[in-house]
Amino acid sequence: MPEKVIMPQLGESVVEGTLIRWLVKEGDHVEEFDSLMEVESAKVNTEIPSPASGTLLKILVEEGTTVKAGTILGWIGEPEEKVPTEEGIVAEEDLSEMNQSIQTKSEAVASMHNVGRDRDLGFISPVVARLARENNIDLSLITGTGNNNRITKKDVLQFIEKSGELEVEPETAAWETPGEGDLFRPTELQFPDRFKSTQPPREKKEEQVVPAKKQTPVSSGDQIIPLTKMRKSIADHMVMSKHTSPHVTTVMEADMKLVSDHLKINKELFSRQGLRLTYSSYFVAATALALRAYPLVNSSWTDNGILVKNAINIGLATSLEEEGLIVPVIKNADGYSISGLARVIGDLVNRARSHQLKPDDVTDGTFSITNHGTAGSLFATPVINQPQAGILGVGAIKKRVVVINDAIAIRPMVYLSFTFDHRILDGSTADNFLAKIVSVLENWQ
Amino acid sequence: MPEKTMVEAIRDAMDEELARDENVFIVGEDVGQRGGVFRATVGLFEKYGADRVIDSPLAELSIVGVGIGAALYGMKPICEIQFADFIYPAFNQIVSEAAKMTYRSNGTWTVPMVIRAPYGGGIGGGLYHSQSVEAFFTHIPGLKVVIPSSPYDAKGLLKSAVRDPNPVIFLEPKKGYRLIKGEVPDEEYVVPIGPARVSRSGEDLTIFAYGMMHYYALQAAEQLEQEGYSAEVVDLRTLYPVDRNTILKSVKKTGKALIVHEDNLTGGYGAEIAAIIAEHGFNDLDAPVRRLAGPDVPAVPFSHPMQEWFMVNPEKIFKSALELARY
Repeated sequence: MPEKVIMPQLGESVVEGTLIRWLVKEGDHVEEFDSLMEVESAKVNTEIPSPASGTLLKILVEEGTTVKAGTILGWIGEPEEKVPTEEGIVAEEDLSEMNQSIQTKSEAVASMHNVGRDRDLGFISPVVARLARENNIDLSLITGTGNNNRITKKDVLQFIEKSGELEVEPETAAWETPGEGDLFRPTELQFPDRFKSTQPPREKKEEQVVPAKKQTPVSSGDQIIPLTKMRKSIADHMVMSKHTSPHVTTVMEADMKLVSDHLKINKELFSRQGLRLTYSSYFVAATALALRAYPLVNSSWTDNGILVKNAINIGLATSLEEEGLIVPVIKNADGYSISGLARVIGDLVNRARSHQLKPDDVTDGTFSITNHGTAGSLFATPVINQPQAGILGVGAIKKRVVVINDAIAIRPMVYLSFTFDHRILDGSTADNFLAKIVSVLENWQ
Repeated sequence: MPEKTMVEAIRDAMDEELARDENVFIVGEDVGQRGGVFRATVGLFEKYGADRVIDSPLAELSIVGVGIGAALYGMKPICEIQFADFIYPAFNQIVSEAAKMTYRSNGTWTVPMVIRAPYGGGIGGGLYHSQSVEAFFTHIPGLKVVIPSSPYDAKGLLKSAVRDPNPVIFLEPKKGYRLIKGEVPDEEYVVPIGPARVSRSGEDLTIFAYGMMHYYALQAAEQLEQEGYSAEVVDLRTLYPVDRNTILKSVKKTGKALIVHEDNLTGGYGAEIAAIIAEHGFNDLDAPVRRLAGPDVPAVPFSHPMQEWFMVNPEKIFKSALELARY
């Protein structure tokens, strides 16, 4: 069984160290207590002896990298011995969280291992195990805040408290069933008073706008805006999403010259057919292609593993101004031509704004796009629409000076922000996915 | 309420018990004319006379042996061992006679005796004046072992000890004799032997301590508060028989336990508390049980820096508790 090489804790208050130099090459033999590496911690360089005799099988952390004490730096064992994959992968995941500069290994391998593998929950204390059992809790849903991110008793109690609140107020439990929550609910349920004339009345409870508990202003001039159901569900979903997924956002820019040319030429043509062609169609089309190329992005985290979806259903966040927003879904978005997309999107957006979406229109999304650029925003860090694995933020398309073939050019540029669930995706897959979108847009034909 | 030092409270307890019950008497080295080396019996010789405050020879075996004999005749002796370090010559009398008398006589005879002994280091006492001896006696059924950490408890517990039908080992943290002050009511009161006391309520972890270490634990808890952690502190007070309910209730609440004593770690009293928690509170634990204790060296060193190294202090408790809180 190979021996771990870990970053030592070099002082009581020293929590991380920088690996200055490996003194032994991968594949070389090292004796126990011989100098193995040089580590800098709190500005002091120390040579660290090898924990075992054997061959340095694998180096996981490159020279010059700073990592937390306890991080696995490499493995020592018999020549040709296999490095424990599980722990190796765990180490890599830890590392990439601690230090974004570290590239994960071949993403194909990494994703193969990631799919279907439970998160390493770390040490589960007796009380945590008992509370989980008594309350029927899946511990993998809880984010640990203890030592080495272990789940503490407090984490579990907070989790129980939160789910308890949901039980007490069932009308706000929109997110108990992933994907079936308020944002995905039919508009007639969300805005029942608009449908009063044509629809039979729904349950009384659904119709009521939740009044704020206290109407008294806090001080003169202040006022309390009562929480609408939509506001409340957006709030709940955003908080839940941030608690559920470790969010990471990566940003790239795309040259929209070819898309913009294509749009200009076809806009007039499409409008004769009664279609309104917008940039949205292009972003949806490019995203659908990229999702096909990187299926792991089109997935959901589940207890049994990562559920990679076959259908590509792209939700398009649509602002309803101050009321909030809703996410109609373009089903099988990869099956449409640009004109097809223009038709579907036009229809969905119109019906969203006039509150006429049907339940089917807002369910089963597998990925989302938010076009925050309409108000001039350049780039953003969107929040994932659970239980999806990512969301694409599209910024404002602006003419900017860019360098092309060492010449200065003016091009319509856009920033694309991709927020992804770091439990499912690592930086390199995410970046490849985003680069694919950029490449489709830049090479539009 | 008047504020008193611990040693004053102890003196008052004996004064009141001597006055209350004519069977109560004190025997020990220098307890009479000298008033005790720590002044714990000052004025009592003058007040109650040489028959009730008896200066003994330097022979601990005889102090305890005399106490046992007198107790069997219905007296209520308070034996003082000048330093707990000197108790070993009397060990045989305590363990084999006093502790077993009731059992041996099928309940016919009892030994209503108190053995008072100042214990603990940090006073520059070196090898023969710094020892902690509680673990020897908490192993012996038939004895009660009590260690107060405040003047109020010292007085109330000592009065209970005098009235208890069993032999009670009453260990007094000598460093706290004058250091620890607190309000002590003039009115008659007793503190029952048995219950521990939650001296500070908290959420994040529990510090179990007694004697001087309890006093320090409270200071460490203050420091932890500033770091954003709320520590519960339990003053065990009666080590034997120990109050399991209070211990387990607190562990149930906080999920984390730090046990502190100044006696050596290995085989120390903290091991018993750790075992109780592991056996009966396992399902409530959110972290491994921790012990903070004196190092396993033969004695508290005489040299001051080395004594500091040996002694558990508020800073050491704080550090250990902080690590546990963050676990």
